[in-house]
Amino acid sequence: MQTATLHFVDKTPLVALIGNPNCGKTAIFNALTGSHQKVANYAGVTVERKEGKIALGESGKTLRVLDLPGAYSLYPRSLDERVTHDVLKGLAAGEKRPDLAVCVVDATNLRRTLKLALAVQRLGVPCVLALNMNDLAQKRGLQIEAQALSKALGMPVIPTVGIQSQGVALLKAHLVQAFASPGALPATPPPLPQGDALESHDAQRIQHLLHDLGLDHIQPDALSEQIDRWVLHPVWGPMLLALVLFVVFQAVFDLAIAPMDLIKSTSLAMGDFLGGMIDNPLLKSLVVDGLMAGVGGVLVFLPQILILFFFILVLEESGYLPRAAYLLDKLMGSVGLSGRSFIPLLSSFACAIPGIMAARTIANTRDRWVTIMIAPLMTCSARLPVYTLLIAAFIPDTLVAGALSLRGLVLFALYLMGIAGAMAVAWVLKRFTREGGLARPLMMELPSYHWPTLQNVAIGLWQRAKIFLSRVGGVILILTLILWFLASFPRPDAGFEGQPIEVSFAGILGHALAHVFAPIGFNWQISIALIPGMAAREVVVSALSTVYALSSQTADTAKTLGPIIAQSWSLASALSLMVWFVFAPQCLSTIATVKRETNGWRMPLMMLSYLFLLAYAASFITYRLAVFLGLG
Amino acid sequence: MNSFPSLARLPKHEKAWVKALRPLESQSLLARQLEEIGFVPGEQVQVLSKALMGGDPMVVRVGQSTFALRQAEAQLVEVSPEP
Repeated sequence: MQTATLHFVDKTPLVALIGNPNCGKTAIFNALTGSHQKVANYAGVTVERKEGKIALGESGKTLRVLDLPGAYSLYPRSLDERVTHDVLKGLAAGEKRPDLAVCVVDATNLRRTLKLALAVQRLGVPCVLALNMNDLAQKRGLQIEAQALSKALGMPVIPTVGIQSQGVALLKAHLVQAFASPGALPATPPPLPQGDALESHDAQRIQHLLHDLGLDHIQPDALSEQIDRWVLHPVWGPMLLALVLFVVFQAVFDLAIAPMDLIKSTSLAMGDFLGGMIDNPLLKSLVVDGLMAGVGGVLVFLPQILILFFFILVLEESGYLPRAAYLLDKLMGSVGLSGRSFIPLLSSFACAIPGIMAARTIANTRDRWVTIMIAPLMTCSARLPVYTLLIAAFIPDTLVAGALSLRGLVLFALYLMGIAGAMAVAWVLKRFTREGGLARPLMMELPSYHWPTLQNVAIGLWQRAKIFLSRVGGVILILTLILWFLASFPRPDAGFEGQPIEVSFAGILGHALAHVFAPIGFNWQISIALIPGMAAREVVVSALSTVYALSSQTADTAKTLGPIIAQSWSLASALSLMVWFVFAPQCLSTIATVKRETNGWRMPLMMLSYLFLLAYAASFITYRLAVFLGLG
Repeated sequence: MNSFPSLARLPKHEKAWVKALRPLESQSLLARQLEEIGFVPGEQVQVLSKALMGGDPMVVRVGQSTFALRQAEAQLVEVSPEP
């Protein structure tokens, strides 16, 4: 699928929001534009582009508001900062140069954040200063006179509090007034000379300005420091992190069960209902097995994604996430990644798709790349139905050492195998790529703690859901339909006694693949089932039951299928299949997401091949070892 | 090891002031980034926390911000006990 590339030749005035990371810029953006936001990508890069609208009085005219990626300076170092730099200079492809920049500064940290505002002013873009977190600054003994600051800086200053509407309303009124009548655009100041010397001149100017206005002294944020004593403690910190992760994990799996079951049963019922109204068996199959199964297969991921992103957004807004990344930096560093890779990998335990999407937050291109590559090795929830089926059919329900369930241990081992595999791959990439051995800067800001706001979390969730459904959902649906076609055509002759899938394209392919998979112990039935399973891993279970002539696909499928496969497969084959599922590139939706996120086919193809080879090798060793031990 | 007192070796919770950034030639970009996030001469710094085993990474308060830094980054920052 093509990423939407936006080209504006729009005359609508454009206002850009710019500020340091963590200055509350996005909260102001949300408050200014409400939920009327368009999220897309900047042309040619995967940096997220957020745009909203403000109505200009009664005239029906609007003002476009662009939320630029956070930057510490206009000297670009990450992809995000490059975009900000290019847009402000009018160099970005398909992007108009902003008519006005709203520079959001953190009132509790003027010395650092004003520097960016002065750099924007220097570019010759008209500026308005949004003095954010003014309430926090006041609490910490800083009384900022907006008038005096405005005079000293030479730009309007509007005190705002990102989470309260009052200050933002002032800012909005200012913008509306500035653009209300045609030709009322603020005058563009001439660009000033630029260069390193001038930047240090800016720093001195800020120093004097703060001194003159009596703003160079602020009480420290005592509460955040108190919390950090525990959260960043070398011993208690990691323990707290483990507890947080445990709670998130439990919630993602427990809370999602009910809505997922509801979605599954509703899509089955809808399929039955629609199927009942259609006489033509082929059309009926298309609607029931193709369309409805496809829609259900897309929606079924949504509860876990939403629950997971709810926690991620809350942790992010509160300021905990960068601290978690700090605590894990050492561990991740040992395999050549940084703490920033932790969130995407955590997400991948629910589903690799949101995990790969979350990798956008990693500034370093190489780290992002490696994180995307290993994300599918985290055991996603779609693998659970397959593991459950195989474990119930082949692993005896006994206790090990008197207390631990053997089945539970096997499941745990499968999870561990995925994590170990991911670590090993990352380590190999560190060892054998040129960039891998280089030390990368961490320099990650740990912002003050904040209470997350409902509005920001809700808007964030809504955007994630929309992105998932529109960009990924379409791909999954199309793939499901293609696989339905492969499994349904050509139709068997009238006298054919086996299952129709055997003579279909999928069946032919499966029989051919059986030769490839024979060395790792897969029979032709497994090989056929793996093909529809490429839409989503758990489909393998229903595909197996189709191959083994089970007509009904009820919740009991696994129970009736279990004994059949237990009789017809060897334990060695079953173990090999489990290991296959740990590593194999089963799900095409993930590959499609990688293609979209990396803007090309190179990465997804590399991922497909390396995962396939890894899975084949691991299954081969497992199978041969098991046969050697007499389990074949 | 550095020949000057660096932030990397500053004991926990001890206040100090940035004196200069001392990058090697290959580290000028790193120094520039440090400057951007607030490590400029005269700014107060304090180490808030250090990871177990070697203190890498570490948490540093600089001015009004808090940053997680690697040892390699902290080593470029020369500090002095006086403003």
